Amino acid sequence: MMLNNKKSFNVTFYLLIVPVLIWVIFMIVIPHAELFISSFQVEDDNGDMIFSFANYIEFFTQKIYWLTFVKTAAYSIGVTLLAFIIAFPIAFYLSKVTSKKNAAFLMLLLLIPLWVGELVTVYGWMVLLGDHGVINHFLMTIGIINEPINMLYTNFSMVVGLLYMSMLFMVIPVMSTLQSMDDSLIEAACDLGASKWDIFTKIIIPYSMPGITSGAIIVFMLVIGDYLAPNLLGGKNSLWFTEQIYNDFLQTFNWNEGAAFGFLLLMLSSGIIWLALKLSGQKLEKVGA
Amino acid sequence: MIRSLPSSPLYRIGYGVYVFLFFTFLLMPLLAISVLAFNDSNFISLPWNGFTTDWFFSAADKRQGLFADEELIASIFTSISTGFFVALLSTLVGTLAALLFEEEQFRLKGLLYFLALAPLVIPGVILGISLLLTATSVGNHIEDTFGLDVELFRPSYWLVVLGQFSFGATYVMLLVSARLKKFDRTLEEAALSLKATRLEAIWYVTLPFLQPAIMGAFVVAFILSFSNINTTIFLIGSDPTLPIDLYSRIRFSSTPVLNAASFLIVLTISGFAIINFFANRSNK
Repeated sequence: MMLNNKKSFNVTFYLLIVPVLIWVIFMIVIPHAELFISSFQVEDDNGDMIFSFANYIEFFTQKIYWLTFVKTAAYSIGVTLLAFIIAFPIAFYLSKVTSKKNAAFLMLLLLIPLWVGELVTVYGWMVLLGDHGVINHFLMTIGIINEPINMLYTNFSMVVGLLYMSMLFMVIPVMSTLQSMDDSLIEAACDLGASKWDIFTKIIIPYSMPGITSGAIIVFMLVIGDYLAPNLLGGKNSLWFTEQIYNDFLQTFNWNEGAAFGFLLLMLSSGIIWLALKLSGQKLEKVGA
Repeated sequence: MIRSLPSSPLYRIGYGVYVFLFFTFLLMPLLAISVLAFNDSNFISLPWNGFTTDWFFSAADKRQGLFADEELIASIFTSISTGFFVALLSTLVGTLAALLFEEEQFRLKGLLYFLALAPLVIPGVILGISLLLTATSVGNHIEDTFGLDVELFRPSYWLVVLGQFSFGATYVMLLVSARLKKFDRTLEEAALSLKATRLEAIWYVTLPFLQPAIMGAFVVAFILSFSNINTTIFLIGSDPTLPIDLYSRIRFSSTPVLNAASFLIVLTISGFAIINFFANRSNK
């Protein structure tokens, strides 16, 4: 009896673990190892691949590459911060202020742009922000401006696009932590005469920290790895590091340099995420939940 | 401040205005394209020249509507079938992964779980190029050794499916795990003590409990696949998916047919969302 149970346990275990191992090893581990190896290869005069640091040297010696890299990192952190400032009051409103019924309906409105996908929404912003776009047209019709304001193809339109596609990922985790917060904590503070600001900074924010960390990590990762918003909404001066990778892979076909850039981007994003996890004392496992 | 506490009218109105502005910001792009899909004009934006359904139904050369545009229709079908296979694969492997990590104990479990979660924090671009590099070098190797040209290892339909599956399974795993955490383990133990094998217990007891989460995860994986562009763009072969086709149109030749296609996507998604909304409500 014991033996039989033990045996069937093993069969089930292998049935579960083998497909998962195939997925993780062949779709995640090996490709990233290949990315790492490719980044140290260049083609020699005979067309053979040889080991070299040339791709990385290129990155550090060409100003445009590392400048784009630094700019992308700085903008991503900025957008993450903005997303937090914009999204937090909304998350609070949905979980604590409005009625449950209203909140469910507003959640529906929140999720639609998320599910519609980034391409359609980025395109929507092109239609809105263009020189002949909806906003300029509207402002000119009511007579506030005579000349169209140049909004599309600037850093402004790029940031709008990046915020739009990422801020919902801040609302949702913050909202779910706030939902588990007992209202009496706030009521007690209020009864004891705490000001709104004190309640906010000393009770609500610390309580929702796990949600904020999860949200910030996902927003940051989406923004730094984004291509559509910088490419379609950004101007000539808003080059994003992912665009360098796309150019290497799809236009100049310098795959090895692209691999090096990809690896650098991966290091940058995991480095900052690791730092965020360390500083907030959170685990990656929690980010997914 | 919260539902149970009184607050000043100024605070309430100010907060209300902010929420209103936020949702206006959120819905503005979708409303704009939806309205402009019916504009009788050859440009994607204003001015409004009157109502037309040309951008959906016209077959004229100068004004080819969405349903007369064979390329666009083909890309919609490519996206639907890609989404189906991605959702199928992701749901299968993601569910197995959820069961594995929630119910089994084994060596290096932490490491494996970390790797399974990694696609959540790896930018889609990197997944795309890593798979492209790997597939290409495996493909070249096979071609050099056996003289075979295997389509799977070149940018192609199935490579896109695999690429989207690589992150889709992670999302399914998280969604199914969340439900599995609420599962009463004693039910499974009861089945085992009634001499069910472990496999039978999972099949007859655990899986029926997980069914709603698995179905939800299937839909999520489908939507992730349907809207993905970052990973897909590197792996695409000769048949583009809808977002890739629309992307190249936006870059090279914007016509209001883009508004029409976007409107159709918004309409479909909103339909799904509303069905989901009412289904959830009637469950409660």
